[in-house]
Amino acid sequence: MSDEKKLAIIATKGSLDWAYPPFILASTAAALGYETEIFFTFYGLQLLKKNLQLEVTPLGNPGMPMPMGMDKWFPVLGLALPGMQGMMTGMMKRKMASKGVADLTELRELCQEAEVKLIACQMTVDLFEMNTAEFIDHIEYAGAARFFEFAGQSDICLYI
Amino acid sequence: MADFDQELDASGLNCPLPILRAKKTLNGMESGKILHIIATDPGSVKDFEAFANQTGNELMESKEVGGKFEFLIKKA
Repeated sequence: MSDEKKLAIIATKGSLDWAYPPFILASTAAALGYETEIFFTFYGLQLLKKNLQLEVTPLGNPGMPMPMGMDKWFPVLGLALPGMQGMMTGMMKRKMASKGVADLTELRELCQEAEVKLIACQMTVDLFEMNTAEFIDHIEYAGAARFFEFAGQSDICLYI
Repeated sequence: MADFDQELDASGLNCPLPILRAKKTLNGMESGKILHIIATDPGSVKDFEAFANQTGNELMESKEVGGKFEFLIKKA
């Protein structure tokens, strides 16, 4: 056991917006000297795909800022129109790029370079019959007990 | 501003990239050497303070120059 501080994260969400917190926190913690592990489960597994195709949805998300005050006058049902999710995703990506927010692939690489351990939930892989060839290299496949082995010694444990 | 050994321009980058780039650059430097960082992210002021406190690298100087933020960090 090292005397480094430890951060354990469970990443459960597979949308573009929610992909950021696990990778931002893990890469920063690693830079601060934390030993860090992220356990990806259910929709969080999408964040491990080589080819990230994450989207953001305005549906069921009253906190999402919309262009031209659309969130104030645009009917909620309108947000369910075909193409709306793709449009919002495109807008979010452009906004992030213009503000110098890191690209997700880059953040994920920085995590791996900093030796953040990425663990894929084996049960989820089986449940959704996911093809592990679509996932990035150098990840581990394991279960809940493996998570607790590390989380039990962690100083910070986050469920995202 | 005092002399420095290496410079990192993190202008235009947002959290947490300035910290990550600084950490990476410091990794390649010898102990006692000084890194000069330029950033435009206003959050980087508090972040570099916190980075120094937690990593033991000394934040020798932190200031705003013409809308940009400049830092001098001495590698521990």
